[in-house]
Amino acid sequence: MFSYDQLRFIWWLLIGVLMLLWAITDGFDIGVGILLKVIGKTDEERRIMINSVAPHWDGNQVWLVTSGGAMFAAWPIAYATAFSGFYLALMLVLMALFFRPMGFEYRSKIDSPVWRNLWDWGLVIGSLVPALVIGVAFGNLLQGVPFDFIPNATSANSQLANNINMPFYHGGFNGNELGGIFSGFIGLISLLNWYGLIAGLLSVFMLVAHGGAFLQLKTSDQIRARSEKATCISALLACFLFVVAGVLLYFFIDGYQVTSTIADNGLSTPAVNKIVESGSAFWFRNYAQMPWLYVFPLLGILGFLGAALGSTKHKCIFTFVSTSIAILGVVFTAGVSMFPFVIPSSTTMNHSLTIWDTTSSYGTLGIMTLVALVMTPVVLAYNIWGYYVMRGRVTSEYIRKNSNKLY
Amino acid sequence: MVENAVLDPSRWQFALTALYHFFFVPLTLGLIVIVAIMETIYVKTEKEIYKDMARFWGKLFSINFAIGVATGLTMEFQFGTNWSYYSHFVGDIFGAPLAIEGLVAFFLESTLFGLMLFGWDRMSRKKHLAVTWLTALGTNLSAMWILVANGWMQYPVGSALNPETVRHEVLNFFDVVLNPVAQAKFLHTVCGGYVFGAMFVLGISSWYLLRGRDIQFARKSFTVAAIFGFFASFAVVFFGHESGSHVNEYQPAKMAAMEAHYDGVDGCVDFKLFAWPSYKSSTDFTEKDSWVSIPCGTSLINYYKPKMEQTKGERVLGAKQIVEQNVVRVKNGIIADEALQVISGKQVFSHPEDRANALQTARINFDKYKQDWGYGQLVKAVIPKDRSIASATEEEIQQAAELTIPSGMPFLFWTFRIMVGLGLWFILLFSWAVLSVVKGNVGRSTLLSKLSLWSILLPLVAIECGWFLAEHGRQPWAIDGVLPTFLAVSGITVTEVWFTLVTIIALYTGFLIAELYLMFKYARLGPSSLKTGRYSLENSRSREV
Repeated sequence: MFSYDQLRFIWWLLIGVLMLLWAITDGFDIGVGILLKVIGKTDEERRIMINSVAPHWDGNQVWLVTSGGAMFAAWPIAYATAFSGFYLALMLVLMALFFRPMGFEYRSKIDSPVWRNLWDWGLVIGSLVPALVIGVAFGNLLQGVPFDFIPNATSANSQLANNINMPFYHGGFNGNELGGIFSGFIGLISLLNWYGLIAGLLSVFMLVAHGGAFLQLKTSDQIRARSEKATCISALLACFLFVVAGVLLYFFIDGYQVTSTIADNGLSTPAVNKIVESGSAFWFRNYAQMPWLYVFPLLGILGFLGAALGSTKHKCIFTFVSTSIAILGVVFTAGVSMFPFVIPSSTTMNHSLTIWDTTSSYGTLGIMTLVALVMTPVVLAYNIWGYYVMRGRVTSEYIRKNSNKLY
Repeated sequence: MVENAVLDPSRWQFALTALYHFFFVPLTLGLIVIVAIMETIYVKTEKEIYKDMARFWGKLFSINFAIGVATGLTMEFQFGTNWSYYSHFVGDIFGAPLAIEGLVAFFLESTLFGLMLFGWDRMSRKKHLAVTWLTALGTNLSAMWILVANGWMQYPVGSALNPETVRHEVLNFFDVVLNPVAQAKFLHTVCGGYVFGAMFVLGISSWYLLRGRDIQFARKSFTVAAIFGFFASFAVVFFGHESGSHVNEYQPAKMAAMEAHYDGVDGCVDFKLFAWPSYKSSTDFTEKDSWVSIPCGTSLINYYKPKMEQTKGERVLGAKQIVEQNVVRVKNGIIADEALQVISGKQVFSHPEDRANALQTARINFDKYKQDWGYGQLVKAVIPKDRSIASATEEEIQQAAELTIPSGMPFLFWTFRIMVGLGLWFILLFSWAVLSVVKGNVGRSTLLSKLSLWSILLPLVAIECGWFLAEHGRQPWAIDGVLPTFLAVSGITVTEVWFTLVTIIALYTGFLIAELYLMFKYARLGPSSLKTGRYSLENSRSREV
């Protein structure tokens, strides 16, 4: 039905869509989590906030799990490279994420301020850390990541690598040469460069704005008023950071480009058969070729501005749609810039992973496309039904009346 | 010799995180079905007490579910973070069931769990019942897909090694899904979960009965659990036997280890009931080392033909024969690896013609021996670092073949026996419980109530034993016969792995303490925790524990 190159493109799009759906759905409960201590002044207020997302957060998080699973199935080489290369960063995200299911479920089961405060902090960490670190990771992807497929003498499994064409993740990625046994930690700190931090903060403010927008939809009175303020401020900050990140990317960050021909129907062996170069403003070449793509950064900017405006005018639906559009704009802006790269290598550029040489086999992509095309609409349908069932604002009366049943 | 310090902590990390995750998953699997059954009775009979039962046991379910979700996240990440070469090598085929698990199962259980919990007053009774059953379906489907993935690690079908990409790629996905090993494993595992769920409800209900509290509620819960557990306990043994015969057929080394068969036997094979296996290598063992044996027991269990025949599954292979066979496979694997170096372009030729000639032979050799490629890789575990596996001596090949018998034989031997013993105990206990239901005297026998209470955690012991047997019994392979575990790890540093290992386990332990605290609190409160005004402790808050 589809050719190999078409499937490869479809999966680039699908993984983009999965990540987008994660950012839009789980994004708001992450935003609510970050705001928990900022907006919720009393236990009851925090319960209102938590219960506004309580029936949905778990389902939303599955978009992240599924994105991971889809990368595993569709881009196994990229999955292996990114997950082991960003080892400590991802482990940090993972450990932070532990606190979400635990916090949501356990917090209100015991009526003790200490217990509840503990899980409240758990929820804040479980929301803030993933938002920040995933943003930082994207900021680093844009700069290229030091890995390649050349075995390195300091590595424990270099001998194995030599014998069986094992791809090898090394270099400053893990900082292997630099730090000896602490190289992993040095690698983690090296991710926190200024551009990575800007991307991380952009991600945090974007999701805070989105979480605030969701609270505007689901709460009333004081909490709603505070959420409007939170969305307005963070949307403007995110908008500013988004523009700054773009300008810096143009003038100071070298992009990458495949300058040789690349067989888009070829084997998935990223270490051979292509030439990659880097240079100033290379990340803007796709836009130069197809100027209509500028619609994505534009949507990002307009979305943020719309959210700020909608918040001040008390238009909660408009605000939520705006932050969703902003997220779409930001995610696809980054995706389009990097196309067709999945992970550019800064040490041996020719070994960069692109969507044409990093995928699984034709058979797997075909099966997974079929499953995704059938299942994604089904999943979306019952998710939407779930929101419909749980519609309406969460109020103090509702919390008091159902105190025993709710989170 | 592979001296990879990352291997051991990585294995510990995987083992401990899987072990922890598996404290909670079986209970989730069993309890949700019991809750759904109770709710079904409520919808049919419209008796409030069944709604209270569904809600109370559902509450305990949700406490358990949360920690299951938290510990489950690690499992999804870990293949990429700690086993990156594994992910690279078989992601094509192993990643697919995981991704499908997300799309088909995780979404269903996670989305509908929220609606089940918070949707009681927002939809009709029938709709809510459907939501509960769909949550149950979601949890069971996720068990199915993860065991399709795991079954493939035990018995890799439907895929082949592509020498050009040096990765395993899918040939027939239906073979992967319908893998008989996976399906038997799935049924055995979920039934194990059902037994645990049933024992949990049976035990806690018995405690109320012993205390003379909320008698109606406890009796009805006991009844549901007893009947459900009765069927589940038979099913788990039946599918366990099915799984066992698959092990015998497809993983003879695991079978040899758990049954302590050292030398193939012609005729009837004794079942060693009690022993501390003395096996060290295929040349160093004591033939008769069991204290008590059942004559011809193994033959009886497996319906072996009395005469030893060369057909798979119809004879008992001892470790000695397995090692002998694997010596040949190691040699074949070395040839396959040499061919692979040529095909994948790793071996450099000075003239294109040389390469063309070599390629022709290499393709023939590879096709002939590719099934054994993984066995050749085992040599890396025994050969000095500066030598290629092609230069392996006869002695080194022998050493590599010895590795195919899983280490720690006494532990495999005993975990198997504990699991089977407990399986039989559950049949007895649930039969007695059902008998008391049929006679209409639930709660009269204090002994039955006490035994039920004390047995609450026994299914978990059996389940963890079974998990150890399946996963440790597969060693030295990450994927049986395809990829040795030591090749599968990530190129990360030891410090990193130890750091995450310690931190994750510390967090998990904290969570476990919180979970147990809440479980005890709510189990002790019983249905009074629903605050419906119908149960014993509600007017005396001071007695709340």
